[in-house]
Parts: sequence; C-alpha cells; structure tokens
Amino acid sequence: MELARLVVVFARVGILNELQYRVNFFFQILESAIALLTALISLALVFRHTTMLAGWQPAELLVVMGIYGLMSGIVQAVIQPNMVRLARDVFDGRLDYILTKPVDAQLLISIREWQVWRFTNVGLGLLVAGVGMIWGQIGFDVWQALLFVGMLLCGILALYSFWLILTSTSFIIVQIENLINLFEGLFAAGRWPVSIYPGWLRVLLTFVVPVAFAVTVPAEALTARLTGATLVLAVGVSVGLFVIARLCWRWGLSRYSGASA
Amino acid sequence: MWGLLDFYRSAMKQSMLTQFQYRAANYFYMIGMIAEPIIYLSVWSVVATAQGGTVAGYDAGAFAAYYIVWTLVRNMNIVFTPYGWEERIRSGELSGLLLRPLHPLHYDIAFFAGWKVVVIVLWLPIAAILAWLFQPVLAPTWLEVAVFAVAIWGAFLIRMMFLWLLGLISFWTTRVAAIYELFFSVELFLSGRIAPLALFPDWVQALADWFPFRWTFGFPIEALIGQLSPMALITGLAIQACWILVGLGLVMIVWQRALRRYTAVGN
Repeated sequence: MELARLVVVFARVGILNELQYRVNFFFQILESAIALLTALISLALVFRHTTMLAGWQPAELLVVMGIYGLMSGIVQAVIQPNMVRLARDVFDGRLDYILTKPVDAQLLISIREWQVWRFTNVGLGLLVAGVGMIWGQIGFDVWQALLFVGMLLCGILALYSFWLILTSTSFIIVQIENLINLFEGLFAAGRWPVSIYPGWLRVLLTFVVPVAFAVTVPAEALTARLTGATLVLAVGVSVGLFVIARLCWRWGLSRYSGASA
Repeated sequence: MWGLLDFYRSAMKQSMLTQFQYRAANYFYMIGMIAEPIIYLSVWSVVATAQGGTVAGYDAGAFAAYYIVWTLVRNMNIVFTPYGWEERIRSGELSGLLLRPLHPLHYDIAFFAGWKVVVIVLWLPIAAILAWLFQPVLAPTWLEVAVFAVAIWGAFLIRMMFLWLLGLISFWTTRVAAIYELFFSVELFLSGRIAPLALFPDWVQALADWFPFRWTFGFPIEALIGQLSPMALITGLAIQACWILVGLGLVMIVWQRALRRYTAVGN
C-alpha cells in the first residue's frame, strides 16, 4: 500500500512538472503523427505486394502496429527516462541520495521520471489498434479483453526488466547512448509479428529481448491466436526476467561506490 | 590547394586513430544499427516466398544482397547530426570553430571521412557473418565494384551537405525535432532505405528522381548488386557530383545568413 502511494506521489509530481511545458504537447503530437504516417505507409507498401504476411491480414497487422505504438509510448514515457537518469546518477555519484532513503532503492529509481507528453503515443497506439479491430471486424469478449490486459502487463514487466538489466551494466561501463540505440534498434522488430523472422532471431526476440511478449503476444490475445502454452510462457518469462533484473541490480549496487556527492 | 589536402590528410589520420581506439563503442553502435535492415530483409523475404519467389524482380538472395550492402551504405551515410547544431550554438562551441582558419565544414568532413575508414574495416567481419546467415546472391563486375567504391563516398558527401543544411535551421529556431523527423521520413521512403525503389509505385520512383536521397542510398547499393547498365553507373556518378555541388552551394548561401544571426558571449 505504501508502495502504491509512493508511485502515485512521484507520478503526480513528475506530471505536474511536465505540464508546465504545454507547447511540447503540440510538437509531440506532430512528431507522433509523422511516425504513425511512416508506419502506415510501410504497411501499405508491404500489402501492395501481398495479401497476407505470415498468416496475418492487413487489419491484424494494424493491431500489431498499434500495440507497438502503445508499448513504445510507455517505454519512452516512464521506463527509458528513468533508466537514463539512473545511468547518469551512477556516473556522477548522485545515486547516493537514493541509497540513503528508507525505501527500496529499485522502486525509487524506477519512478522518478514521467515524460507525460510521451503518453500521446499510447493513445495513438490504442486508436490504431482499435481502427484495426473495427476494420478487420475482429470481435472479442470480456475474457479476451482481460487476457489482453494481462498480457500487456506481462509485456511491460518484461520490457522494464530488460531495460534494468541493460542499465545495470552502467555500474561497470558508461555506454548509455549506445544502450538506447541498441534497445530501439531491437525493439523496432516488434512492428511486425515475430513469426516473420528466421528461427534463430525468433528465439532471440522471445527469450533475450522480450519483443515477442511485449507486442506480438498481446496482439495474439486480441486476435484470438493465443494458445495456453504461450500464455504460460509469457507469464513465466516476464517473471523470470524480473527476477534476473533484480539480481543484476543487486549485483550492480554491490559494485557501486559513492563519489562523495 | 596543397595546404588543404595536407589538412585533410592530417585531420583524417587523427580521427582514424581516435576512432580506432573506440573499437568496442563503434562495434556496439554498428550492431544496434544492424537490427533495422534485418527487419526489412525478413519482411521482404516472407513476402517474396508468399509470392512464389520474387517481388519486383527481387528474390530472397537479391534482397539479402541488397540489405547486406545496405549496412555499409548506411554507415557511410552517418554524418554530423542536425540535432548537434543546437548544442554547438547553445554552448558557444561554435565560437571556437569560427576562430579556426578554415571553414567549419572542412573540419566536419575530414573528421567523419577519417571515421568512415575505421567503419569500413570494422564492417567487414559483420558483413561476413550476415552473408553466412542470409546467403546473398552477389556477382559484381570490376566496373560495378569500382563505381560502388566511389559512389559510397559520393553518398557520404551529399548527405553531409544536406544534413548540414538541415542543421543550420537551428540558427532560427530550436523547435527542430518535427522538421527533422519529417525530413528523415521522406528520406526513408525516397532513398531506398526501407525497401528497394523498384518496389514502389511508378509515381514514387518518378518523385524520387527530384530529390538527392536516392543518390545517397539506393544508387550505391544498386550499383554493386548489379542492376544498372554501365551507362547508368557512370551517369549516376555524374548526378551524385551535381547533387554535391547543389548541396555545397545551398550550404554556402544559408551559412552566410545563419552566421549573421549568431551571437555569443564569452567562451
């Protein structure tokens, strides 16, 4: 309960802070619109040459693309800014301030930044997915909706854990620009269902970089493709990644020596 | 003239030595970049298979060749980012650059050109691994190899000019991200970066002729994978030269006006 209250307080302060810069909202919308248009044109280009892509119809791929937008919105709004700040704090020693507080440090470093305008992409992604559902006349019931939300949460947990594992390396090397570059490059694979990739890459995108569970699996839940085995795997991998991330974080902390900040 | 050549030789050597020290960082960066062509390649391979083997004349092997050559061309395409101008202006770094005896453009070209030499060397093992994974079909003639070797440097210079031009907008406004993103989106489609231009409708291909983008990306790739006649290869180099000059001219004109708006205190 105490944890939830902390998250709410931090989110409120972060959001109030960002709300001061209202013009940013319009520029964010402009940027999101350009990104969306780019994605739609590439989809149109592919379907100029084929009617189905690895068993997915155009409307269903729109759903995939929408969920990709939603997830990258969450990553850009909360996960990535917090991790970038963590890497900087490790570098200049300001992590000391976190460690002296009486709350779990991992929680604190995960909720400090809220780039609220980035949530535009979340809304836009939901819109695109919705349009895809209507266009493809994909019906779903309450059970499927619940499953979808559950899979989304698993996906967010997996992405967060993956980012924390990446950022924990900043306790030994300072490479944050490269980390962002690496993550964005790999995560872009989620624009398409992972089934289009060659076998070795699919394994990589499922178990190492959780692109499959972040985007493809929630889309499968919405389009009635989800099997029981995938469901169990999604929960298992997300929780597993979280445990690994926790261990990496603890290991990183044990190497950290303050810089008399 | 000789002095200038001397400068380029020294500056390129310096940046080569510097960048070679950061081998690991360079590799990290190049590996992050490789995801993009692999995604495109996977999509188009699936489409080609579904269409009975070929799409617009490309089969899986040709797509593999296109996107593996793509990785080198993309690396040659990386020049001073337009986002970097804001920092140069805001921090007053530009004042220092202006005090030097040569135009700042020379320093940027020399620095990145030297870096490219390191990038090409580091790229070779990556290309070998990609070739082993994706089995490209590639049988270039000597002329094609020669034209490619020149064209990647032409591509580098064209993009250098146009991204410099774009970056100069920072002298007028700091709200540049949307403009840049629009530029990069148009470039994505009209350059052949997302897919070979042959896959686009005719009107897009016609449109691409009016922009510099295809000469920075599609042309060098198509030159090496053997899609162009000897005549088209030579004409292509000539058009690249024209775009370099157009870009240079525009940079000179805008630079004059941009500098008049620049003020700095201290530093």
